[in-house]
Amino acid sequence: MTAYLKNICSIIGDVARFSISFWKEVIKSPFEIREFIKQCYLLGYKAFPLVAITGFIMGLVLTLQSRPTLVKFGAEAWLPGMVALSLIKEVAPIITALICAGKISSGIGAELGSMKVTEQIDAMEVSAINPFKYLVVTRVLATTLMVPLLVIFADAIGVFGGFMGMNIHSSISIFRYVSQILETLEYIDFIPATIKTLFFGFFIGMIGCYKGFTAANGTESVGKAANSAVVVASLAIFIIDMIAVQFTDLITNS
Amino acid sequence: MITPNANIDNRDSSPNVINIEGLYKSFGAGNDVLKGVNLHVKKGENLVLLGKSGSGKSITIKCLVGLVVADEGVLTVFDEDIAKLDAVQLNKARLRMGFLFQNAALYDSMTVRENLEFPLKRHSKELSPKEINKTVEEALNDVGLLASIDKMPSELSGGMRKRIGLARTLILKPEIILYDEPTTGLDPITSREISELILSIQKKNKTTSVIITHDMACAKLTADRLAILRDGTIYKEGSYEELESSKDEWIHSFFV
Repeated sequence: MTAYLKNICSIIGDVARFSISFWKEVIKSPFEIREFIKQCYLLGYKAFPLVAITGFIMGLVLTLQSRPTLVKFGAEAWLPGMVALSLIKEVAPIITALICAGKISSGIGAELGSMKVTEQIDAMEVSAINPFKYLVVTRVLATTLMVPLLVIFADAIGVFGGFMGMNIHSSISIFRYVSQILETLEYIDFIPATIKTLFFGFFIGMIGCYKGFTAANGTESVGKAANSAVVVASLAIFIIDMIAVQFTDLITNS
Repeated sequence: MITPNANIDNRDSSPNVINIEGLYKSFGAGNDVLKGVNLHVKKGENLVLLGKSGSGKSITIKCLVGLVVADEGVLTVFDEDIAKLDAVQLNKARLRMGFLFQNAALYDSMTVRENLEFPLKRHSKELSPKEINKTVEEALNDVGLLASIDKMPSELSGGMRKRIGLARTLILKPEIILYDEPTTGLDPITSREISELILSIQKKNKTTSVIITHDMACAKLTADRLAILRDGTIYKEGSYEELESSKDEWIHSFFV
């Protein structure tokens, strides 16, 4: 038990040191702009189709499943607003973040892990190039920017999925659907939910990079780095979500 | 055809560019790898470091470039104590040293051209894109692989990867080159080609080299002097001929 606690404390210490290094390096020039843009493309754009499909299905399914209950209470008119609210406040951020944890965090963990094992990170270091700045800072900044953007896309596509779901059983025009949503939605529903995705993105990148960068020697550790990046990032997403809901609660109830 | 490296210049009077005094390194209790290594390398010399696998040869040269931090001992390169340098100074010292990794450590996500441009763009900012291109092509031409300029590392054979790794190491014109098993895993013909390349580089650029190898043909061809690492210390030093004719059975077993 003592050894287990000691191990946890040492991991927390390592992660803290890793995060401090990130904040130190992020403000120091030179900035690897090209690599940052490349990572935004690789991490963000390439995850888009998956996020789009999931967002659409979530909107459609949520509408179809909520409809019978609302019809029973004679509240079918509330359906667009309710679906949009669920999507924007919780479903789209969480689903997108979990997809990104699976696709991006594991990808970064495996990539950096294999670079570590094949001494590519050491090669960078001996050529007097800071591998932390080139590999970690660019990827963490890219995920911090791209995950919120993906969530906004997932919100929009999910809402469209809801519209398609509405039209299976009844007929509603897109204008009426959107205006019903806008009547229900307030900025306070959208802004905190989007701000929390910045944290999702930051931790997805950070955990993937930490796991890859600290992979042990041997090819087995590459798989371990990728696997534990997904597990830890997914857990981190739920913990951040739980903290975020407390803050949102404080703001809305004050 | 390149001949084995006779003392073509007066190296005995040359200053030491690498001094290692009492180097200790341990990886946890009971795992002492280096137990007081003393080693000196003169300017322009090719030193071959021999020893069994796991004897700490790679750790020794990794300590020289600051990849591994020594527990004890003094490591000076160009009269600078590596342990006392801050990050900026260490990077300046690293620019004067080149390191060829065992598996070449080419960046998998980049083409051969990008691999070579990568250090050049960051450290030779005065060069125009045209000059960078020219330097990259020259470096590849030197290792005879200009035709592979736009290939990905995954498309290259082991020998080609080593050559490209060497070209990338040389592109910043280092004064010291550290080779970590440059011929391991290669066929005898390619091994000889790499050994000859090492020798021609040393002659052309007047570099100082430390070569870790298990390949005695490579050692015979490239070494001015050999040092054998055993039980964490330098067991014996001498020329190839001296060590080959040694009465010590353990040393002799390397040459059989």
